[in-house]
Parts: sequence; structure tokens; C-alpha cells
Amino acid sequence: MCRLFAVTSETPLSPMTAIHALDVMKEGHDGSGVGLFLSGLGDPFDQLDGAPILSGIFTSDGLKRLDYFMMDLGFITKYKLAIKVPKDPPPGIPKRDIYLVRAYEYPETWEGLDESEIHERLMLIRLQMQQMGKEKNDMIIFSFWPDVIMIKEVGDPIEMAEYLQLDRKELQARIILAQGRQNTNYAINLYACHPFFLQGVVTMTNGENTAFIPIKEYLMSRGDPGYVGYQSDSEVFTHILHFTLNHLELGIEAFKHVITPLRDEALDNHPSSVLLKELKHTCRRFIVDGPNCVIGCLPDKTLFLVQDRKKLRPGVVGGRPGLYAISSEMCGLDVAIGDRDKSKDFQPMYLDTAFIRADRKEVTVCRQTDQLPLLH
Amino acid sequence: MSPDGSIAPSTLSLKDLPWQIHWDRDECALCGQCTAVCPVNAIELGVHRKRIVQSPIGLDDAPSNVYQVYYGIRQKTDPAYACVGCAMCNLVCPNGCIIPCRSDEADKLRYHVNRGGQPRRRGGRRNVPGGVLDQIKFVRISMLTDPALDAGRHEFEVRTLLGRVLPPEENLRLLRKQGWIPPVREIYPLMIGAMSFGALSPNMWEGLQMGVGYLNEELGMPVRICTGEGGCPPRLLRSRFIKYVILQIASGYFGWDEIIRAIPEMKEDPCAIEIKYGQGAKPGDGGLLMWHKVNKLIAAIRGVPQGVSLPSPPTHQTKYSIEEAVAKMIQSMYMAWDFRVPVYPKISGTTTATSVLNNLTRNPYAAALAIDGEDGGTGAAYNVSMDHMGHPIASNLRDCYLNLVKVGMQNEIPLFAGGGIGKTGNLAANAAALIMLGASGVQIGKYIMQAAAGCLGSESDRCNICNVGLCPKGITSQDPRLYRRLAPEQVAERVVDVFLSFDTELKKILAPLGRSTSLPIGMSDAIGVNDKGVAERLQIRYVV
Repeated sequence: MCRLFAVTSETPLSPMTAIHALDVMKEGHDGSGVGLFLSGLGDPFDQLDGAPILSGIFTSDGLKRLDYFMMDLGFITKYKLAIKVPKDPPPGIPKRDIYLVRAYEYPETWEGLDESEIHERLMLIRLQMQQMGKEKNDMIIFSFWPDVIMIKEVGDPIEMAEYLQLDRKELQARIILAQGRQNTNYAINLYACHPFFLQGVVTMTNGENTAFIPIKEYLMSRGDPGYVGYQSDSEVFTHILHFTLNHLELGIEAFKHVITPLRDEALDNHPSSVLLKELKHTCRRFIVDGPNCVIGCLPDKTLFLVQDRKKLRPGVVGGRPGLYAISSEMCGLDVAIGDRDKSKDFQPMYLDTAFIRADRKEVTVCRQTDQLPLLH
Repeated sequence: MSPDGSIAPSTLSLKDLPWQIHWDRDECALCGQCTAVCPVNAIELGVHRKRIVQSPIGLDDAPSNVYQVYYGIRQKTDPAYACVGCAMCNLVCPNGCIIPCRSDEADKLRYHVNRGGQPRRRGGRRNVPGGVLDQIKFVRISMLTDPALDAGRHEFEVRTLLGRVLPPEENLRLLRKQGWIPPVREIYPLMIGAMSFGALSPNMWEGLQMGVGYLNEELGMPVRICTGEGGCPPRLLRSRFIKYVILQIASGYFGWDEIIRAIPEMKEDPCAIEIKYGQGAKPGDGGLLMWHKVNKLIAAIRGVPQGVSLPSPPTHQTKYSIEEAVAKMIQSMYMAWDFRVPVYPKISGTTTATSVLNNLTRNPYAAALAIDGEDGGTGAAYNVSMDHMGHPIASNLRDCYLNLVKVGMQNEIPLFAGGGIGKTGNLAANAAALIMLGASGVQIGKYIMQAAAGCLGSESDRCNICNVGLCPKGITSQDPRLYRRLAPEQVAERVVDVFLSFDTELKKILAPLGRSTSLPIGMSDAIGVNDKGVAERLQIRYVV
């Protein structure tokens, strides 16, 4: 079972905060992958005024291809962070040419486009780059989005962080999600490494998704070009959340109703029973059976945690105003926020969605038995 | 052979018959129950003459003969009276001294069952035992990476949807502006399929209805039963139990006069309306109720004269094209209940099923598609239709499901599979396999007759005389002397037994797969088969 850690902080933190938390939960991951998602970036990335940031791993040839490709599209490099690594990686980490984090100026022709059009185009460009990378095996693209950096690599988290010198000051962020992977069912593939990202929606999961095939088939038939990949059965959680937010225009409170709806008896007496019954029928193909603990972040920087209905994976949320974290294990939380009031730590159960809004004032818990916000 | 020793082309010996009656003279009590019970009069009182040779000791008297008579049974060899193997004689025999045995080679009777130029007609299933469903195994067992569930203790939601489910975005859009959302029923995935009042005896029908009523009202299992094409008793139409019933309309429209009249007086809406276009056992052929079974009661409910055969046309005669037959008919049926009742077509398994399905995907009212495979049973059909026509359900259903996946409508039009489910007794395993191949639910007919009423029919051509109303168990007979053998209450009890045990077995399959929150429709990664061709065809895992 993988170990997960997520933190949201008023002041930018180094990704090492998350790496250290993963390290104390070490028996839960086996070095088959580490994934990092950074958002709410600190200086200098917060000066970039919404410029899209590309994160990925490239060979030298791949980088050249990337440059031509981006130039053709009219993107100009605004800022870049090329991570130069020692010649020989530590055991377990493959040798790569370039880890790249690069921010671009939007092409002039994009001026005046509305936000949804820009978001669509950014996603399509990322998918195109991923496809190019697959063809020649020379680039692995994690994200291409404003205010988002993603790094994924095979290896032990601490060793990888030291090797990539992740404690550098340019790499600080207010929101960090990290996963230490325990490989169970798929070949080692960086695209199978959590967190997964689509248009500002990010999730990471531990556990296994037993309903993977029907959900995957349903997502792929929704007509959204972003619903591809699925090297990991957990990627569907990102896309179901994306569907809930973007296609159904519902809030995070509805996500759990989509993946684990209430039983009919409970729905009959629910204050939102009409909506929830329809949702249960119409989103039946998104129902999961677990065991899953899903931790994620929404485009509005809300951090959340939900569990499946029966099997539940460990997950605890705690912290203090201005700094909250979600962790697979208590010890991860202790390392990251030692000085919190532990009596307020909360382990969500089968009906709960716990979330921390971008203001980071409190942990909100909504239960599935609560009324949902009205449709608008 | 006739007493004068002449033989005709259809003169058969006992050896030529498929079933031979073995009778033990020593144990026979000569009670006559076997000859009385035989539904086809295959046996009769036999007065046998026997010669006994007497050889006295010594040379004084010459050896002599004595002719004695003894009584017993005689099996007829006339094809019209050939034993059907039902073994009712054995059931009633106080000493167990009589039993029909299967011939050790292919019978010759089959060449002579068309006397008068009338090909053989019968009931039952296709006479081919076994099938691909039994070969499918459940191979994705949750263990270390995902703990298995406890079939006995965890909560399970074994439910499926019958009705047109809209795409999520469209559904919420209509909900927001309070538009019409098609009716959807949440039901149990095992349904009792269409068997008409007429094909079944009143006692059998009543027993099934009582069982379904009990399952719903006492046990909270939303089991549904389809009427078949024969109408529905007026009292049931006007009772609250009608909500557990799917009314079928087929090409003969039998019983619909009564149903239409009852609409204004109905307390509840029926569960759904099934429009029958085809039946797996006899594809391309209409329903058939032979005159033997059309008595006063059946004639009244169906609105027809007594004692005439009722062959429904192979197609709905008022319609001439798919848009007429499907779109307009579905819409008309919706209108009858003010758009509150789902309406769906049922077709026989066929290579054209995907064409029908593609038409339904474009029809916003089509509530489901039921497909009945070649192994489905029937009350009456031509033997040639039953044995040689039709499409196996597994690949037909899979093709349709994958087609829906391709167009993204796998949650919108539920597929219901029927035909040979539980044919060898493996009801839950067969049902689960079909669900994982893409069915939203399954329909059974013959199985429930076998399990709930003791139907004797088999795919080795045993009994199968449902068509002429001679059912020795009283299941498919309209003769009160026969159907009073069946107590409706006991049938109802058995229906409940069947559904409860099915439920447990299904959970025993779902729990190790880690599934309980929703029915694993299309969870094709969970199943495998040890036949490469089958695996490839069904797009599932090949396991050896």
C-alpha cells in the first residue's frame, strides 16, 4: 500500500517537508516510484503571472524536439529550472539527461481567448507532447499548467530528493502532494506514478480499484480528450473528480456521492434525495469498491481527503490554522506539523469528505448524510 | 408389430425408441398407477401369455406345455405413444419397479415423428446439453493488494437499473430545469422472464406471483416477473402487486384488451412494458399456444375463442419497418401510462442484435434491450426452430455491450440476457458471468420451472411435452386434473428459496472479487476461460 502525504501552508514550504514525511512512513513504499505535485508556488514562480509551466523528463534529443515543437506553437521560454544531476545516480534511480521545469509565455495568438479555451488547449498540447515522447521514448511529460510543477521518479524518496536537490529555494510551494509508491499490480512506469493531474485537478490514491475496467471504459467514452492514460487504476479518480467538477458542475461535496453513493434506504430520507438518486443512477459507472483513500487538490487550491465505503485505507488530517496536512500515517503528520493540537486530528470514515479551503482556516468535514448545496 | 406380423415403414421396436421402460415383474404390485399417470399413454396393461415346459421325472409321462397368463405392463411402440422419459411411472410406483431408461444408441423414432406431414413440435429447450457459460471462471480474486469482502457480513447492494438512464450531464441539466427524465426502476438483477398465463397453468402462475410478492414485501428484494404474451388476470392488474410485474406485449396482442381496460383502475403502475419481437428458443417465429391449452379461462383472459391454436405472427403485423416497429411502438406504450413506465424491446439472439441496438441508442425512449439466446426455453415450438435456430447469448450480449461502450452508452441502455442461464444448475455463476460480460441483469424461465415446480424437462429430450398441455407436474397444463398436483403456496416457497440461495451464491462470487457497492457490470477483467477461441471472441482472459 502506497503512502501519501499532502500539505497546505500559508508560507511556501520546501518539498523536503513532504519527502521527510514519506521517509518516516518508509515501510509503506518500496522505491518503485515517488511523485510530487507542487502548486501555490513560491518565488520566482509566483512572479510568472499565470504562465504555464511544463514539467517533465527529457533526453537531450527530446529537449531539442520539445524546443522546436514549442517554438512552432509560438511559446517562448519565460523562466526555466533545469536540474543538473550528478553523473551517476544512486542505485535504483535510472539515469536521465534532463529534469525540466520550464515556464512559457503564451503565444501572441492566444491573446483574448477565454479561460476555458486556454485550459483546453494546454491539455491538448500536453497530450500531444506525451504522444511524441511515447513515439521516440525521449520525453515524459507530467504537467503543463500554470502554477503547477510535478516531478516523478523511480527510487527511494530521500535519495531521489537529494539527487535532484529538491531542497533548492526556487522549488517552494504552498501546496504539496507526495506519494511513495508500493508497486503491486503494474509494471514500473512513471505514468503510473501518483499524483495524477488533469486541468488543475489532482489526486493520489492508495489501495486498489477493483472496478477499474468498467470505470475506465466509461471515462474513455465520455468524449473528453483528457480521459486517457490509465497506466494506473488510480488515475480514474482524478478523472472522475474532473468530470464531477467540470462536466457536472458540482462541488467537492458531491464527489463522494459519485464514487460511493449512499444505499437506497439512506437516500430515501436524505434532504437531497432527488438529486442524489439521479446522480446514483446516472453516474453508476463511476462507483468504486475500494479499498481507496483519495487525497487531492482542486483548481481552487482546496485540499481534500475521502475514503471508499467499506475497506478504507489509513488517512489522517491535522494541523493548525495556516498549516494543515493530510497523511497516510500519524507519524507523517507528526514530522511535518509536530506542534499541532493532536486532539483535533481527524480520520475521515466512510461517509466523510474532509477538506481544507484555500484560506487554510479550518478542516471542514461534510458527511454524505448532509444536505448538498442546491444546484444552480 | 401388428398381430398379423405385417410391418410398415414406421413400425418400430422398443430398441428403436429413445426411452425404454424397464419393469420388474417380481416386484410389481399390479396397482396400475403407472399406466394411469403416464401422460402420453406409453404403457398399458399387458396381458402376457407364457409357455411353461413340464418334464416329468421318469419315462411314463411325455413332456408337455402349459400356457399361463400373467399381467403386467406393455410399452407401446407406435410413434404417437412413444415414452417421453418423464419417469412419472417411477414416481408413483409403490415398489419402484418401473423406470424409463435411455436407449444406448440414437433412436429411430426421430425419423417418424412427422406423421401426417406435421413436423415435430414440443416444449423445453434446445436439445444440446452444456454451454460456454459454464466454462467461464472468476479469476480476479482479491487478496493481499485488495482485501476480499465477506459475503456473509458486509453490506451488498445487489441491484440493477431497468430504464433509460441519461448521460450524467444531460440528466443534471434536465433536473435543474425540471424537465422529463425517463422512468428508471431499481430492481433485482435476476428476473423471472416471460412465461404466459396459458403457457403456464393457473397454479404455477399464481405460485410465481405469490413468491415474487413475498420476496418484495417481506424480504425487500425487488424481484420482477414478466407476464409473457397472454395478458394478466384482472384482479392482479388492479392490485398493488402489479408494480412487481412487467407486462409483455407481443405480436398477437393477447390479453391487451383486458389490460387497456384496467389502466384507469390500476392502483400502481406496472414495473415496465416488454415488447416482444423475438424469443431465443424459436427466433423468427411467433408465440404459440396450442389448442389443447386454450380452455375457457385462457380464452377469456386472452379475448379469443376456446379450443383454437393461438399462433402469434412472427412480427408485429401493424408495423413494417424498424422505426415503426420500435420507435412508434415504444412511444405508444409510454403514452399509455403517461410516460411513467419504462418500455423496452426483447429480441432473440441474432447477428442483427447490434443493428437493433444501434437503432435503440438513437431512440431516447428505449428503456433497455432484452436479448434471449438460443438456449432459452419455450412452451411450444417446432423442433427444428428450437434445435437449429438462434444465436448463443454470450457472444451476442458481449458484442452488444462492447458496441455500447464504443458509443459511450453502456450506462444508458441496460442489456438483459436470457436463454439457458442455469441450464446445468449453475444459476449464480452463469448470471455473474453474463453480468461481467456486460449484462445489467438476467432473465430465467425454464430454471424457475425446474427449481420451483419440479419440471422434468431436460436437454436430453426428456419430457418436453409442454406444448400439448400434458405436463405431468401440472406446470404447463390447463387441465385441472393435472395442475392440481401443484400447490401454489409450495411453488411460492420454492421461488423464495431459489432467490435467497441465488443471492448468497452471487455474493460468494462478488465478495472475493472485492465488489459489493455496485453490480460489476462489464467487469470483464474478472473473468477467464480455458478456451482460446472463446477468450478471443469474448475479449476476456485466456486461462489454462
